[in-house]
Amino acid sequence: MADQKPSTSIEAVESGLAAQGYIASRQIATAVYLSQQIEKPILVEGPAGVGKTELAKAIAAWRGMKMIRLQCYEGLDEAKALYEWKYAKQLLYTQILKDKLGEVLGGAQTLHAALGQLHDFGDVFFSKEFVEPRPLLQALEQPGGCVLLIDEIDKSDAEFESLLLEILSDFQVTIPEFGTVSAITPPTVILTSNSERDLGDALKRRCLHLHIGFPEQRLEERIVESRVPGISQALRRQMVGFIHEVRSLDLKKLPSVSETIDWARVLVLLQASELDTEIVKDTLNVLLKYEADIEAAQPQITTFIAKAARSNVFG
Amino acid sequence: MRQNLHRFFRAARGAGVHVSPAESIDAMRAVAQVGITDRAILRDALLLTLAKSQDEKLALGGCFDLFFSQPEPRQDQPEADYEDNASQGSDQSPPSGSASEAGEGQPVELGSLAQMLLSQDRNAIAAAIASASGAASLSDIRYSTQRGIFSSRILDAMGLQRLRDDVDELTATNPTLAERLRAALDALREAVRDTVSQGLALYAREEAENLRNEILRNAPLARIERRQVAEMRALIRQIARRLRERYSKPRKRQRRGHLDVRRTLRRNAAWGGIPFLTAWKRKHRDRPKIVALCDVSGSVAQVSDFFLLLIHSLHEVVDDVRSFAFSSHLIEVSEILEKKSPEEAMAEIMSKVGFGSSDYGSSLVDFEKDFMSTLTPQTTVIVLGDARSNNLDPRADILRRISERSKRLVWLNPEGRLAWGFGDSEMPRYATFCSVVRQCATAQQLERAVSDIVATYQ
Repeated sequence: MADQKPSTSIEAVESGLAAQGYIASRQIATAVYLSQQIEKPILVEGPAGVGKTELAKAIAAWRGMKMIRLQCYEGLDEAKALYEWKYAKQLLYTQILKDKLGEVLGGAQTLHAALGQLHDFGDVFFSKEFVEPRPLLQALEQPGGCVLLIDEIDKSDAEFESLLLEILSDFQVTIPEFGTVSAITPPTVILTSNSERDLGDALKRRCLHLHIGFPEQRLEERIVESRVPGISQALRRQMVGFIHEVRSLDLKKLPSVSETIDWARVLVLLQASELDTEIVKDTLNVLLKYEADIEAAQPQITTFIAKAARSNVFG
Repeated sequence: MRQNLHRFFRAARGAGVHVSPAESIDAMRAVAQVGITDRAILRDALLLTLAKSQDEKLALGGCFDLFFSQPEPRQDQPEADYEDNASQGSDQSPPSGSASEAGEGQPVELGSLAQMLLSQDRNAIAAAIASASGAASLSDIRYSTQRGIFSSRILDAMGLQRLRDDVDELTATNPTLAERLRAALDALREAVRDTVSQGLALYAREEAENLRNEILRNAPLARIERRQVAEMRALIRQIARRLRERYSKPRKRQRRGHLDVRRTLRRNAAWGGIPFLTAWKRKHRDRPKIVALCDVSGSVAQVSDFFLLLIHSLHEVVDDVRSFAFSSHLIEVSEILEKKSPEEAMAEIMSKVGFGSSDYGSSLVDFEKDFMSTLTPQTTVIVLGDARSNNLDPRADILRRISERSKRLVWLNPEGRLAWGFGDSEMPRYATFCSVVRQCATAQQLERAVSDIVATYQ
């Protein structure tokens, strides 16, 4: 179990995440550090596969906390994200109440007294007993705190954002029927977005805004080193250099870090010692996900390998 | 440092980053956590708390670099500060300063500024300029025309008057020294001018941009100069984007609401009220239907350009829009607007029906003949045009029928109310059949009108 206390410095964050295999840039580490110090959620934006979701997982693993994940999608609403009433249970209780009506009203002599007793009983139906907590409420109820990952917030509707506002700023939720639920320990909240839709200002204002782009060559090499230990340094350099060249092309979907790691694994599996045109051609589909992209990259392979090799010498 | 941060927030606003008080508090808290010694980390922290998008991050990063390339002004006690610097300067380097000259038997007591300039202590001078720009509140600079006044304010705050006196006095007693001082003063003026320019770059961008946008928003669309057209397009696109953000909804969405207790109980009556089947409340909404008729004739060619741009964005916001363009005859352009980029679509539409002389009558005949059936009691019809029909039959009777078949008929006219009804304007005759008639000559009016139309559907 790692320490539960907030991290003490940016370096501590960096090394803590590194211990979980997440190589963070200084900006990422600063964001994580600040979010703990001033208790603010982090909104992480950036292209797919650069490690937005991984960041939340790494924080949870490092700080030994539970991770609660809420995957957003169109039509996600209160009932699925926050809480829902257990309708069936409520209705079944009504049935039981019907049978027991005599007992409940047994002591009442007048109609007024009977009504009063029934009213007292009615409140029971909208109590904590009948609330089904969904991820957001669950996150608030964790006694030891947790990492709450609200994944792909840009896929949800605009209304859903408003629903989040109270949680993000005050770590509490108001349930009209019985009041406000505050977090026992404020969760560390990570929101991720692929910028499919522009998020509201109110939401952005409540978060630290972190943009994770494609990492610099050195950083990416370190990431590969930590994720794919079996790969030789020379090959690592070469392949990362190659990928950086590919990213300069105008492609439908640029290869991101997750593709780099996949490719490294494939290369290790194929026991490649260095890049050559043959092996790149055979494995290009790991890197590029569209037929058109592969076709666009094909003719460049040889030049890119040469370039990567050259930058090797100087880098 | 707090002062300095506040100045930075102002500079950030200048760079187009929206910094509200709440955000500045966050930034302060963040800075309190990370400290200010490590500039790279300070930069990260400010970028994280203040910038809300990648564009803003870039702008703010540039702003940060520009801002912190200046020496920090010492606003708390400027006077004492450079008094101090100056005396230090003269203490440390008596041979090069006034002391030596004075030692030669000329009892001229020079002002602190003169001493500082003669001692050529660059750091001290830079610090003095910085604190003087603080005293002259350089961060209030807004327009490039203010450069002169701020320069002289800063120089005054540094003690220019005293320096002049010194120079005058020295010219008589020690011409060489006076010459040196004059040269140093010229250099100082230049340095101050640079500082002011930098200040202008830091603090004034937003104001200038806002002002320009404000003017543009209220400028008549028909009289936009050629060089402004691109800016205007950008503005309209910005308006369109805002409309889209405000009103667009995902096309498919679940309409399930809360449990409908009454219907649930009724439905389950057969089982003694035990809820086997649940019934849910549904939200229902009007199917949005808009039909837009856009005049693209010569007389309104420039305005209709912008109209089309806006209709193009309307297509993105509302599901069910059909658009028609006309000058002497009318064609449907929905498909062109939906499939093509705004520029391509506009070029194609203009080449098909644009720039002719307008004939509202025959265009309305075209519409009645082919498209009358698209109108339902839920439809809002928007007509964009100046209602100038070149003295041809306006066929207001067709407009009446359109109005009768639809829910609302909105007419947006780029001409001012005063012109309606004069010359060949048929506006008064058409207006009787419209639910709303609005003048719509500027970007702002255009935005309001379209926003109102779209809003009724949400």
